[in-house]
Amino acid sequence: MKITIASGKGGTGKTFVSTNLFFAIQQEGTPVTLIDCDAEEPNVMEFFSGIRTEQYPIIQKVPVIHDDLCTYCDKCREYCNYNAIICLPQAKHIQVLEDLCHDCGACLAACQYNAITEKEKTLGHVSVYSLSSGASVVEGRLSIGVYSPIPVIKGAMHYPHQEENTLFDAPPGISCPFIATADKADYVVLVTEPTPFGLNDLKLSVQTLDTLQKSYGVVINRSGLGDNSIYEWLEEKGIPILAEIPFDKEIARVYSEGRLIAEVNPGYRYFFSNLYQKIQNHAGNCSSQR
Amino acid sequence: MKVAITSTGNTPESLLDSRFGRCAYFVIYDTQSKSTEYIPNPNKDSLEGAGPASIQLVASKGVEKVISGEFGAKVKSVFDRLQIQLIVIKDQEKTIKEILDLL
Repeated sequence: MKITIASGKGGTGKTFVSTNLFFAIQQEGTPVTLIDCDAEEPNVMEFFSGIRTEQYPIIQKVPVIHDDLCTYCDKCREYCNYNAIICLPQAKHIQVLEDLCHDCGACLAACQYNAITEKEKTLGHVSVYSLSSGASVVEGRLSIGVYSPIPVIKGAMHYPHQEENTLFDAPPGISCPFIATADKADYVVLVTEPTPFGLNDLKLSVQTLDTLQKSYGVVINRSGLGDNSIYEWLEEKGIPILAEIPFDKEIARVYSEGRLIAEVNPGYRYFFSNLYQKIQNHAGNCSSQR
Repeated sequence: MKVAITSTGNTPESLLDSRFGRCAYFVIYDTQSKSTEYIPNPNKDSLEGAGPASIQLVASKGVEKVISGEFGAKVKSVFDRLQIQLIVIKDQEKTIKEILDLL
């Protein structure tokens, strides 16, 4: 099963849940891979030590327009859906804005003068780490200055040697990076906190997942903080609460030391095993309803 | 010489639009003929690349100067290459008429 751990709001505990869940699943003897899809700021490996066994670049092709062959016919610019080409026939000026290019190839199809070729641009890297437990962590990391993380996220998610059971640690927000991470999941765990900000962003995440027709459940982190409005809303919508993580100083301390509470405290190991059980049960129910 | 000004509306009383790529209107002013043309910005709600698409629009009108409240990082280098001068006006209460009077 592919499980995405996501949240609308940043800093609610996605990586906290995914790293501890990863640990607890392994302790049960189930092979599992954790993929850090937050390519703009990956941090899963802060919590593990392992040997990097593989690394490969994620490459995009961008057009190169050759002035000597270009007739400034403007057709490539008209074909480009992303405003990545500026063409001013009067000024004899043609320019590619590489950051905006989506590698769709439309400009190459448009050009009848063979004035466009392609070059490769490195967008980021996918690294694979082998942990002492035998499990692997895969990390997508965007190169600095690259506009869109999507190709790197997809590159990490398609790591060919991942286990049948994989956890995707999603980027925050509900825009394209989140959608790319949720799209391939069998089940999505939304981590939130009982605050007005948490609720606001949870509503947006739920709307997005409903549009994508995904099965999902909610983990409330820092429970005991804030107010009751999130509980009332979840009940009204009939959205299951999979687990509530208490607002516990020990969790914060252990996390800040780059360690896993499920490893340090057996009670929490049981807690995360239990969460995995609930995810499996709920995902199973959802699929049998379809 | 032609000058482009970003505007919030299509009258001389409209205020300067502080954004370049996603402004509501472009005013194209010809300093010789004193004529003004108001063009609704088709790139206002573009998902991405509003700045470069707006450069395409104003540069194809043959302007030599562009006046706005702010220019994004992507557009500055392109304007440099096109040798089009950028003028930033920080006073957001300025009307198009007041700006035209300064030219």
